[in-house]
Amino acid sequence: MPIRDLFRRDHRDDGSTPGEPGADATPVVAHDQAADAPPAPPPTRSRFSPRAWIGTRNVPANLWVRCGNDRCKELIYTREFEKNLRVCQKCQHHARLPASERIAQLLDEGSFQEEDRGLRPGDPLGFVSAGQRYQDKLVETQDKTGLSEAIICGTGAIEGGPLRIAVADFSFMGASMGSVVGEKVARAIERSLDDRRPFLAVCSSGGARMHEGIFSLMQMAKTSSALARLGDAGVPFFCLLTDPTTGGVTASFAGLGDVMLAEPGALVGFAGPRVIEQITKQKLPPGTQRAEFQLEHGMIDKVVHRRDLRSTLSRLLRLYTGQPSAIAGRGA
Amino acid sequence: MPDVASTEERLTERDPLAESDAPARLAAADSPPASTGLTAWQRVQIARHPQRPYTLDYIGAIFEEHVELHGDRLFADDPALIGGPARLDGRPVMVLGHQKGRDARANAHRRFGMPRPEGYRKALRLMKQAEKFGLPVITLVDTPGADPTLPSEERGQAMAIATNLLEMARLRTPVVTAIIGEGGSGGALAIAMADRVLMLENAVYSVVSPEGCASILWNDAGLVAEAATAMKITAEDVWRFGIADQIVPEPPGGAHNDPVGAAAALGAVFRATLTELDRSYGCGEALDADRLLRDRFEKYRRIGVFDEA
Repeated sequence: MPIRDLFRRDHRDDGSTPGEPGADATPVVAHDQAADAPPAPPPTRSRFSPRAWIGTRNVPANLWVRCGNDRCKELIYTREFEKNLRVCQKCQHHARLPASERIAQLLDEGSFQEEDRGLRPGDPLGFVSAGQRYQDKLVETQDKTGLSEAIICGTGAIEGGPLRIAVADFSFMGASMGSVVGEKVARAIERSLDDRRPFLAVCSSGGARMHEGIFSLMQMAKTSSALARLGDAGVPFFCLLTDPTTGGVTASFAGLGDVMLAEPGALVGFAGPRVIEQITKQKLPPGTQRAEFQLEHGMIDKVVHRRDLRSTLSRLLRLYTGQPSAIAGRGA
Repeated sequence: MPDVASTEERLTERDPLAESDAPARLAAADSPPASTGLTAWQRVQIARHPQRPYTLDYIGAIFEEHVELHGDRLFADDPALIGGPARLDGRPVMVLGHQKGRDARANAHRRFGMPRPEGYRKALRLMKQAEKFGLPVITLVDTPGADPTLPSEERGQAMAIATNLLEMARLRTPVVTAIIGEGGSGGALAIAMADRVLMLENAVYSVVSPEGCASILWNDAGLVAEAATAMKITAEDVWRFGIADQIVPEPPGGAHNDPVGAAAALGAVFRATLTELDRSYGCGEALDADRLLRDRFEKYRRIGVFDEA
């Protein structure tokens, strides 16, 4: 997939609840350089500008990306950016990752086996939004993202330690939770109940999917009650909260990890900043609801830089497994 | 839109108790409630009517010896979510619910029935108490949603709701929920993961308010009525989806026209539902809590619409 597709984000209608942070609240991932470059003036010797330099040459459009941090906007050589796990070297801004890339970054090479790949969303309400049927919106999103739904589940290993993983992809309708996301998470939990593999949810979401109405809301109950069983059985559940995780997903499975990790700067909360500002008519101070804020307020255990995720998770996996537990198996 | 009478017929097929124990007016299919044929948006407006009975009104009318308990033992008391033990026909139960205010001043205090994390933690404290002392839990849902302000975020609104969902899944005592007005999203569900979910005829239950849907999805705040219809949030819709178990008819025009009659109807259904749960799972020391939890789990586990290739 070309880089420009990886970075294409639809912030207008991603189908998430008001918790959804949206474009104005969250730095967007790096832009494709060519897409918004104005006609560039010819380069001069005295003031070198990479943008102008690229504009005058026939270079591939995806050679450079721009840091998504509005206060940084550094131009980064794409190959360097990828090598650096899509973290800006200058400001350490963590760009959003497609699920496939997250899996490739986190898991041991070749260890990932996808599960429940065949689940496809239905349209229980026959919902039409802005003249577009939900069914058509789904097909369009599937074509655009190459994903069947907003979450990918499967098994794999981190530094040899086996686990089960569910990874949300924000580019699929804001990784909103409808029936399929809820079902896939519940099935993953049930599989972990059977084989006792620790379960890691790499979360990101604008909330519940409005297009599926009350069915989306009930996925909160479904995933949380499945986690109650996992907890009773003594199988560890880790959450990695990535930018942004809000709404009904935070208020269900993403809020229930035995260990809650978050990436630096990730927006984590129930109501998104836009909603809070609308309701209270007050501007939120910078940093509100970011991972560091949540750490300070006791909602998460640790903020972990992307380059340290594998080692941290590997250590946790080993610390939390392999010991007989007095309560394990208490649940059904 | 199908009329309420046909809903009642289906209700009767599914649950014989609906006919035998509900008030006589309910069973008389030839006198459907006057609100039959209302649009979803009209029902939203009835559900939000300032004269509609609220949780404390129903508690006063249906239960005896209610003692309101306060505080989450962690931070504060939340006047937007109230509760405590009471008696229903002499039997001790734990009853709790969202509480709105009837005027501006009361709403400043009650925060329009939008609980903060301490409200949900108080609710959990009361539910755990109910489990400990063998009381059934009855919850009354009437909220636009959980409080979306910074203080709530700072104290973990999301985690408070998530924890309630997880703990309700393992609460070893029967739980009955009635959506009496607005069932607003996660803020409602956090006390509504019940064995039996009842909805008053004009109550609504939704993942997002019609206003939220209209402005976020359609970029037009004026389309609230269309959003209300499209979201399928009425009691009839939610019952047809199998998410509400029973619809409780309201007096003609809505509960605000006859609060006493509305409370009588709801009280009758509470009694019938508890009787039915006792019959299904036993009560007191004979309660088959394992089966109760298994069935509660299955009730939510099977909700969802998808295809599998």
